[in-house]
Amino acid sequence: MSRRLRIALKAAVWAVCLLPLGVLVYQFQSDDLGANPIDYITRTLGDWTLRILLASLALTPIRLLFNISWQMHLRRLLGLFACFYAWLHFAVWIVLDHFFDWGEMLDDILKRPYITVGVIAVALLVPLAATSTARAVKRLGGANWRRLHRLVYVISVLGVLHYLWLAKKGVNGPFIYAGILGVLLSIRWLDWCRRLVRRRQARLARSIPFA
Amino acid sequence: MLIQRAPDIRSSEITDVQVYLNRRSFLLGLAAMALAPPGLSTAMAAPSGQPLHAQRNAAFAVEDPPTKFKSVTTYNNFYEFSVDKEGPSRLAHMLKPRPWTVAVEGHIKHPKVYDIDELIQLFPLEERVYRLRCVEGWSMVIPWIGYPLASLVKRVEPTGQAKFVEFTTLFDPEQFPAQQKSIFNLAGLDWPYVEGLRLDEALHPLTLLTFGLYGQVLPNQNGAPVRIVVPWKYGFKSGKSIVRIRFVSDQPKTAWETAAPHEYGFYSNVNPNVDHPRWSQATERRIGEFRRRPTLVFNGYADQVASLYAGMDLKKNY
Repeated sequence: MSRRLRIALKAAVWAVCLLPLGVLVYQFQSDDLGANPIDYITRTLGDWTLRILLASLALTPIRLLFNISWQMHLRRLLGLFACFYAWLHFAVWIVLDHFFDWGEMLDDILKRPYITVGVIAVALLVPLAATSTARAVKRLGGANWRRLHRLVYVISVLGVLHYLWLAKKGVNGPFIYAGILGVLLSIRWLDWCRRLVRRRQARLARSIPFA
Repeated sequence: MLIQRAPDIRSSEITDVQVYLNRRSFLLGLAAMALAPPGLSTAMAAPSGQPLHAQRNAAFAVEDPPTKFKSVTTYNNFYEFSVDKEGPSRLAHMLKPRPWTVAVEGHIKHPKVYDIDELIQLFPLEERVYRLRCVEGWSMVIPWIGYPLASLVKRVEPTGQAKFVEFTTLFDPEQFPAQQKSIFNLAGLDWPYVEGLRLDEALHPLTLLTFGLYGQVLPNQNGAPVRIVVPWKYGFKSGKSIVRIRFVSDQPKTAWETAAPHEYGFYSNVNPNVDHPRWSQATERRIGEFRRRPTLVFNGYADQVASLYAGMDLKKNY
């Protein structure tokens, strides 16, 4: 892919990912956040965290299914935006929802499973964001870096659980996210199985050279 | 030569009369807002709805300032329309609150199917400003209009077998879109929505049979044409758009209790000391305020209602 195309693609991702935040700011200015603005902001940021996170996890399955790879250039950007929204979501909870009432928040973290998993997920995003630079990849070494970044699977499961456990009966959103995550992880898992079988066959072929 | 011919399509076929009228009232509302002095715009910029007159009963008015009319009528939990808060006000036009009847039946001496316009005139209407606490952790202050449910209960004369009162909300998928069978409604509630009170709770002077709010008839999204308001219990205990009031001897199986028995009990009294299994009930956000405020036992009505539950374990009977 040409350099110019790549830049255009990234600019488009920037625009799309910043749009929800822009809409929130606009709604804030025009006093259009509804009757319960803090709840609305929290939910909107949470929703976009999951959407962008799932988008970042969809890139590899797309490569596996359709054998195209230009989208892989967007992985870091999407990952960082997911982290950005997750931390905004978390910050709104701390500042607007609980207004720095640390005791109350700690109580919630310990006692409410949906908050526990949510806080773990945002915490786990930190090392991934911190090691997103090319220099960090070099310093860690490719293998270590990949191992560390497998945490994103844990994070995405925790993120979806967070929503599943907080949503009230009748709300379908969390099930949709769970379904999409299930499909995305299954594709990876099937690919992993396929590679395992291939490696075994290759080893078998090597050990019986003249069979 | 000018040949005049009636248009093929009449304008009333293009624009539904109701839509046309709604547009009228919308424009009138806008005009009213534009004309109202700025300071008055919050509580007063209300209602283009049908007025409903009532004397304020000062004995039942809380000090807290009422929640904005706009919030009261656009931030609603009314699952028959939609699970999100804005859905009910958007879809409210689908509900037809006239003609409407309410069947009052069961263990009473005078069962009767009341026409809504007869029911509303049985007793003098009064305005009462109550706190409303939702189980989700937010609250409002609303000037309701109605009369004590006790007046109706006494009129129909429950027999000795009547121990509970069951309230049933309208079931009609034509008017309540979320009642339509669909794969997206699978995880929801069983219809119709059923709520209930113990007879002594139904007789309590705070329990209001409600026909209006903010000086007008109930907007559809707030439970038109008639609903219950039980201010010391979580909001879902106050059934909306009631079509049947039945006096029974066994504790009714209520909608939320059936859907999630470990989360929602029959009593559901507001209680900061008993958490919802998934979240704390210690604080609440009053709609329109920034900081959370502490939730009060029985939503601040402990003086009036605590005696109803003397000797009961409120942690068990949540």
